[in-house]
Amino acid sequence: MIQAEGLTHYYGPYPAIQDVNFGVRKGEILGFLGPNGAGKTTTMRIITGFVPPTRGTVTLDGFDVVEQSLESRRRVGYLPETVPLYTDMSVNSYLKYMGTLRGMSPKAIKSRLGDVTDVCRLGDYQKTQIGKLSKGFRQRVGIAQAILHEPQVLVLDEPTIGIDPIQVVETRRLIQELGKDQTVVLSSHILPEVSMICDRVLIINEGRIVAEDTPKNLAEGLQGVERLEVEIGGPVAEVIPVLKAIRGVTDVVHANRDDRHTYTIQAESGQDLRDAISQAVISNGWSLRGLQMVGMSLEEIFLRLTTHEEL
Amino acid sequence: MRTAQAVAWKEIQIYFSSPTAYIVGLIFLALTGFFFTQDLGDPFPEATLTPFFDGAIIVFVLLAPALTMRLLAEESKLGTIELLLTSPVRDWEIIIGKYVASLVFFLVLVALSFFYAILLFVYASPDPGPVYAGYFGLILYGSAALAIGLLTSTMTNNQIVSAVVAMGILLALFFADRAFGSVSGLAGEIIGEMGLRSHYDDFARGVIDTTNIVYFLSVIAFFLFLSIRTLESRRWR
Repeated sequence: MIQAEGLTHYYGPYPAIQDVNFGVRKGEILGFLGPNGAGKTTTMRIITGFVPPTRGTVTLDGFDVVEQSLESRRRVGYLPETVPLYTDMSVNSYLKYMGTLRGMSPKAIKSRLGDVTDVCRLGDYQKTQIGKLSKGFRQRVGIAQAILHEPQVLVLDEPTIGIDPIQVVETRRLIQELGKDQTVVLSSHILPEVSMICDRVLIINEGRIVAEDTPKNLAEGLQGVERLEVEIGGPVAEVIPVLKAIRGVTDVVHANRDDRHTYTIQAESGQDLRDAISQAVISNGWSLRGLQMVGMSLEEIFLRLTTHEEL
Repeated sequence: MRTAQAVAWKEIQIYFSSPTAYIVGLIFLALTGFFFTQDLGDPFPEATLTPFFDGAIIVFVLLAPALTMRLLAEESKLGTIELLLTSPVRDWEIIIGKYVASLVFFLVLVALSFFYAILLFVYASPDPGPVYAGYFGLILYGSAALAIGLLTSTMTNNQIVSAVVAMGILLALFFADRAFGSVSGLAGEIIGEMGLRSHYDDFARGVIDTTNIVYFLSVIAFFLFLSIRTLESRRWR
């Protein structure tokens, strides 16, 4: 549905994004994950036709967002990060206005208005002036205008930022619901959110895509690392060399919490070292108090991929 | 075209619900009222609207920018321009919609000033020619001033900057005819011909000259064209 090739965008001499390539299939929910300033918003602005890329192309349903801007814009619903709204209009008149701008007939707007305000739970506030609404409700109005014209592609920039936790849950559910028949591109810097909602994740940092996979694969197969957490009763100075000597162990980190000595063991992927470790501990006469496999959370992957120093 | 209409209609609603527009209206009527009555105290007053027309264009140097400054500067400030420009709306539709809205409000102000003309026709028998011509000129002049104000509003996200720059351009064009004397040769002619007032004065005296009509229509077209281009260029920044 969306195909981006070699996207590069400069603000003055500074590159916001560099050589970004990705594709989004119809009906897929794609998440852009990255710290602030990584280039998520710039990428979304290019997709929606607000800024053209300095280099590279994006096609949306086959239409080039620069050359055939009008056609591609017809197919997009967009929620910018700042949720810009006309604060002196009522919810209803705002939605009607946006609908007209999107080329909907008055009849079509009328029939969609009820649905949209239901879906976004704006029912009681249709006549309220937008300036008087809370941040959470403004967010809903923002989503309502984005889905009003039933666009094929929904672009949502940080859709859950700055709203309360209950509304966050509702918004995520709503996005998942919409993702069933629409293509959704969203950005976030909250990892659990992305792993919960998205079919696929692009991790973006300093304007470049550093990883791309399903949330599941990213968590599992990251750089072939598996980790174990072991609690051992025994002299630390002796335990560490023994653990390190086990085949497949790449690193051992010791931590002492109230005289409970735990060791975090990194191992090459695909190896189950639990048996080898327990045997080594017991044959040395120490006590094995705990043994547990630890997966790597997306949070760690994210940090790992987006920071230069080893953690 | 329907989208241009929607833009215009929304802006018109904002005009008629915003205090700025009413303040502008009040000041326009108060000041032009003053100009209208100025000569009436003469022992043998002339039944004419010429003082009103002469005063109105000075008033509009100040008030036209106040009417147009909000049109696009506010959209940039609020960020709503992002949704406007990502909607399937052509740039000229946005500009024309906004322009037409300001024009409608301006025409309402002009219509309110018909009061002076009616007074004149009721209590005296003025020569109708200069009245019609004067109004025709005033409408052309106001339309040009609004187009200039619209351009400066597309160039910034600061309404004050937009208004001040528009006033600067209008004042420069207002006094440009002084170049006829002070700047020698062709340059003086060219700058002088660009002056708003010399083209307007004929109308206020009751003369409808095609040159003057062409002049004002060119100014309107030129500044609207620049506005559309400026809006387009936002996409490239």
